[in-house]
Amino acid sequence: MNIPNNIFYTKDHEWARIEGKLAYVGISDYAAHSLGDITFVELPKIGQMLKQSAFCATVESVKAASDVYAPLSGKVVGVNAQLAANPELINQSPYEKGYFFSMEFSDEAEKNNLMDASAYQKYVEGIAK
Amino acid sequence: MKLIFELDKPGRRGFSYGANDVSATNPLPKKYCRLNQAQLPCLSELDVVRHFTNLSRLNFSVDTNFYPLGSCTMKYNPKFTEAIAALEGFTQLHPLLPQLSSKLAQGSLEVLYEFEQLLKEITGMSAFTLQPLAGAHGELTGVMLIAAYHKNRGSRRKYVVVPDSSHGTNPSSAAIAGYQVKVIPTGADGYMDLEQYKKQLDNEVAAVMLTCPDTLGLFNPRIKEIADLAHNVGALMYYDGANLNAMLGKARPGDLGFDLMHINLHKTFGTPHGGGGPGAGPVGVNEKLVEFLPISRVIRKEDAVFALEYNYPKSIGYVAPFYGNFGVILKAYAYILALGKDGLTRVAEVAVLNANYCQSRLKEYYDLAFDKTCMHECVFSASRQVKHGVHALDIAKYLIDQGYHPPTIYFPLIVQEALMIEPTETESKESLDAFIEIMIKIAGLAEENPALVTRAPLNMPVKRLDEVRAARQPDLCWKKS
Repeated sequence: MNIPNNIFYTKDHEWARIEGKLAYVGISDYAAHSLGDITFVELPKIGQMLKQSAFCATVESVKAASDVYAPLSGKVVGVNAQLAANPELINQSPYEKGYFFSMEFSDEAEKNNLMDASAYQKYVEGIAK
Repeated sequence: MKLIFELDKPGRRGFSYGANDVSATNPLPKKYCRLNQAQLPCLSELDVVRHFTNLSRLNFSVDTNFYPLGSCTMKYNPKFTEAIAALEGFTQLHPLLPQLSSKLAQGSLEVLYEFEQLLKEITGMSAFTLQPLAGAHGELTGVMLIAAYHKNRGSRRKYVVVPDSSHGTNPSSAAIAGYQVKVIPTGADGYMDLEQYKKQLDNEVAAVMLTCPDTLGLFNPRIKEIADLAHNVGALMYYDGANLNAMLGKARPGDLGFDLMHINLHKTFGTPHGGGGPGAGPVGVNEKLVEFLPISRVIRKEDAVFALEYNYPKSIGYVAPFYGNFGVILKAYAYILALGKDGLTRVAEVAVLNANYCQSRLKEYYDLAFDKTCMHECVFSASRQVKHGVHALDIAKYLIDQGYHPPTIYFPLIVQEALMIEPTETESKESLDAFIEIMIKIAGLAEENPALVTRAPLNMPVKRLDEVRAARQPDLCWKKS
C-alpha cells in the first residue's frame, strides 16, 4: 500500500497535498485499490466553494459508486481534465496523475483535522483487521 | 448469438396487412411523420420466435436456476397468480373506465380496496397508496410525503438520516426529493452506531430511513429506542420494506414505531421481477400522514359500492397514471389470499431458517461479516479467498458456470468483498445443499487451484467479460455495417 509521506489524509481516504496556498486533492491508493478499476469520475466545478468533510465529487468503479469528501474548505481553482477520458489514472497513479482537483484552501487550521502518513497507515491497518 | 438486426433479410415478411380502408384524403400532418424509415429488420415469424426462444434459454431465472441474489428476494412466483391476472374481466377493462363510471369497474376497485386492507393488517399502517410503480418510486413518494408533512406544520427541515448499511436507494430518494443526507456508520456490533446517531439528530432532521432487517441481514434490537429518539426531535421514521419477507406475521412496522413505509410486491408477495419492471411499491402511512397520500384513492361507500375519491386538498397529487401496476397488485392480492395469515408467517420462518442454514454450513469456509443469527439473508466476505487471488467476482463467475445465479456481490458496501446470500423460503433443503457444496468446493479450489476459479466461466456462451472496458468505452448502439 503506497502512503506517501508529504501529504495529509482523511478518514474517508482522500488526500491533500499542500503547495503554498494551493491544495491538490485526490483519493488514496488504498481507496483506489478497494474500489477496483475506476470507470467514471464527477469532479466539482472550477470556482465551486467546498466545505471540509462535505461532498465534493463522485467516483465510480465496476464495483460501486462512492462519494468523495473535501479534505479542506476553500475554492476549486483547477480540475484534472485527464480523468474524463482516462479514469484509470486514479488506479495507476493515485497521488500524481490521478489527482482530482486543486483548491485554494481557506483555513490553515483545518489541517489539524487530517492525518499524516504514519497516522493514516495505522488507520488503514486497523480497517484491514 | 447474432442480434436480431443481423438476421435481417430485406423483403422477408412475418405479417401481411389487410388493405387500408381509411381514406387517404386526410394524411397525417407532416410534423407527425418520421423523417426516415424505421430501421426494423425483415424476418419471418419463425425467425423471431427462434431468436427470442434461444435468447431466453441463455437466461438465468427463478424457474430454471437457484437465484440467491441477496436483498432481491428472488422467491418462486407461483403460476396460479398469472392465471388470475389473465382473467378477461380484469385484462379487458379500460383504465379510464372507473373514472367514467365506477359502477362498471366494481370488481377491480374492490381488488384495490381489499388489497389495501390486507396491507394495512400485515404492516400495522393506517392507509396505503398503491400507485408507485417500483420500490424506489415508493421511496421517493414516501420522502415527498415526509416533505409535505413538515411543510404543513410550517417546519423547515434539511436532513434525512440513513445508516451506512441502508439500501443505496434510501439516500438517493432523499437527495432527489431535495434533502441532504446524513450517514451513520455501523458500529463494531453490526448495528447502527447509536452514539453517532444521537449526535446527528436535531430539529433539522426530517426523517430517519431504516432498512429493517438491514443489508447485513441483521435485525436491529434497538428499533424502539431509535424511533423514540427520532420522534423526540419531530422527525418521522421511514421503513424500507425491501426486507419485509423476514418479518411477515412476526412484527409489524407500524407497531415498531415507523410512520411510513414501502413494500416491494415483487419481493415479498411473489410477483415477478421483470427486466427492470414492472414492479410495484405501495406506500403505507400512519395517521400522521394519511391526508397527504396521492390521489385518487379507492373508498368503500356505505352502500358497499366502491368509488374513486379525489377530495384530499393536502394530497401530494398523482405519482403515477391511474392506479399503479394493476396486474402486479392483482397477483400479490391472490398470493396473500392463498397463503393467508399462517402461510405468510411460515414464509418468514422458512426464509430465515434457510438463510441461517446456509450461514451455519458455510461459515467454516468463508468469513462472516458479523457472526450473529441472521434474518432472511447472510453476508460473507471473500477476504480469506482474496489472499489466494480469488475475489468475490471470481466466485460469482464460477457459480454461473455451475448453473447458479450468483449472490449479490460487493454489497453492502461496508463489507469488503461481500457475498450476500438470500435463499428465500421457496428453496428446498436439497437445492440449498447442492449450492452449499459448490460454495465449499470453490473455497477449496481457491486454496489449491485458484486459476480454475479466476478463469470462470468456461462453459457459458459468453466467457469472462471485460467489465472495465464495457464501463469505460460503452458501445451501446448497433449500426448497420
